[in-house]
Amino acid sequence: MRALTFSRRNIKEILRDPLSLIFGIGFPVVLMTAFFFLSKNIDGMPGIFSIETLAPGMIVFGLSFLSIFLGILISSDRETAFLSRLFASPMTAADFLCGYSLPCVAVGIIQSAVSFSFSFVLGFKPSAKLLFCVFSIAAASLLYISFGVLSGTLFSQKALGAFNTIIVNLSAWLSGTWFDLSMVKGPFRKICELLPFYRAVDAVKSTLSGDFKTVLTDLAIVLVYSAAIFAVSGFLFKKKMKN
Amino acid sequence: MNSVELKKLSKTFGSRKAVDELSLSIKSGTVFGLLGQNGAGKTTTIKMLCGLLSPSSGNALIEGKSVLSSPQEVKKLVSISPQETAAAKKLTAFENHEFIAEIYGAKRCDAKKKAEEMLGRFSLSDRANEKAKSLSGGMARRLSIAMALINEPKVLFLDEPTLGLDVRARRDLWKVIEELKGKMTVILTTHYLEEAEALCDEIGIMNEGKLRALGTAKEISEKADAKNFEDAFLFFTDPQKEEER
Repeated sequence: MRALTFSRRNIKEILRDPLSLIFGIGFPVVLMTAFFFLSKNIDGMPGIFSIETLAPGMIVFGLSFLSIFLGILISSDRETAFLSRLFASPMTAADFLCGYSLPCVAVGIIQSAVSFSFSFVLGFKPSAKLLFCVFSIAAASLLYISFGVLSGTLFSQKALGAFNTIIVNLSAWLSGTWFDLSMVKGPFRKICELLPFYRAVDAVKSTLSGDFKTVLTDLAIVLVYSAAIFAVSGFLFKKKMKN
Repeated sequence: MNSVELKKLSKTFGSRKAVDELSLSIKSGTVFGLLGQNGAGKTTTIKMLCGLLSPSSGNALIEGKSVLSSPQEVKKLVSISPQETAAAKKLTAFENHEFIAEIYGAKRCDAKKKAEEMLGRFSLSDRANEKAKSLSGGMARRLSIAMALINEPKVLFLDEPTLGLDVRARRDLWKVIEELKGKMTVILTTHYLEEAEALCDEIGIMNEGKLRALGTAKEISEKADAKNFEDAFLFFTDPQKEEER
């Protein structure tokens, strides 16, 4: 109950900072449009920039900005006496973590819905499988939310920018958003497959192609990473509450 | 009856003892002033009493509940208004009150009623829909204290409640604190000695983590054989005089 009350406060905080929300929703749409038109106008652009593969990649890439939103929210709360007041209240670490995370799952799903809707304009064909994407997108959101909680707990507002930039870049370069990972061989590909970024994109792509066996493997890996990062963040957050 | 009891409460940071075996009892419904120079251990003591810091040793009871064995129970009984204004900056004054009331277990409709009541009591009704970040220093501090009172705590901690306020805003807050007497136990820290003299039923002076003096302002002045409370404060917080003692 306290977690929901805290979520409502965090939703208001996020909605009242429309600039970052517009950026989070608008940036993937702008990138998707730019690469769509580039692929139309440059001969020999690889198939990765076709809207069918570009849209899922961009949507998951857009979710990586959740780690920045949330990191800033937690870190700015930590730097004010407001959080001291809440630490002295009956709220538990679990209330805080749920309260911070739930609104971002909602933002992630809305952000993805906007991006998918826009991709229809660019020629992406809607299908019933899109509905199943909710699960893959929620899992990918949780992954980036866990990074946001970790960075907000550990770093000051200044320092978390650097951390989250690394996460956004890792997400861009190791997820197969900008190139087709099947073309890459050797340790780089192995690393990409072991990390959750590629799995998050692949979960959405596989859902759309109806390869649900791969979806389950991808989701399992993404969720294990998310759970591990949440566990570490929870431990650290609890420690901060006591000091 | 005692509302707060400290039993050899200590806090150590590395090799430094911030609070050193502090023992004292505070009566229910009184305003207790915890005074001392910067770094004396006042804020650390308050943080231990409201569950923001774990004691290194010793214990404290709030309304009979131990901060060590029942921290969650203690948290339901206390409220704090920290040194800085502790409000969610992007929420309105009304939303801040409603939010805190719900965090302490009030249902949504009750939280709304309580929020309206508190805003009225603290003359903030006309600012109900303004975001906390746009309120003036005095109003923001009033908002912060009103938020601390919305859950009707048994013990209220006010850490430097009037720091940085102008004379009128300070006097307005004094009136608010005066009105709390008899309704709850108030523990306040302040650097303004005249504030402690005017408001506190009992005062404790801390220095280097230890309690150096305890009593009313008059009693403490008499103990130090000082002509006024300020001289008495300087006497009890002077390390040289301490050695002589």
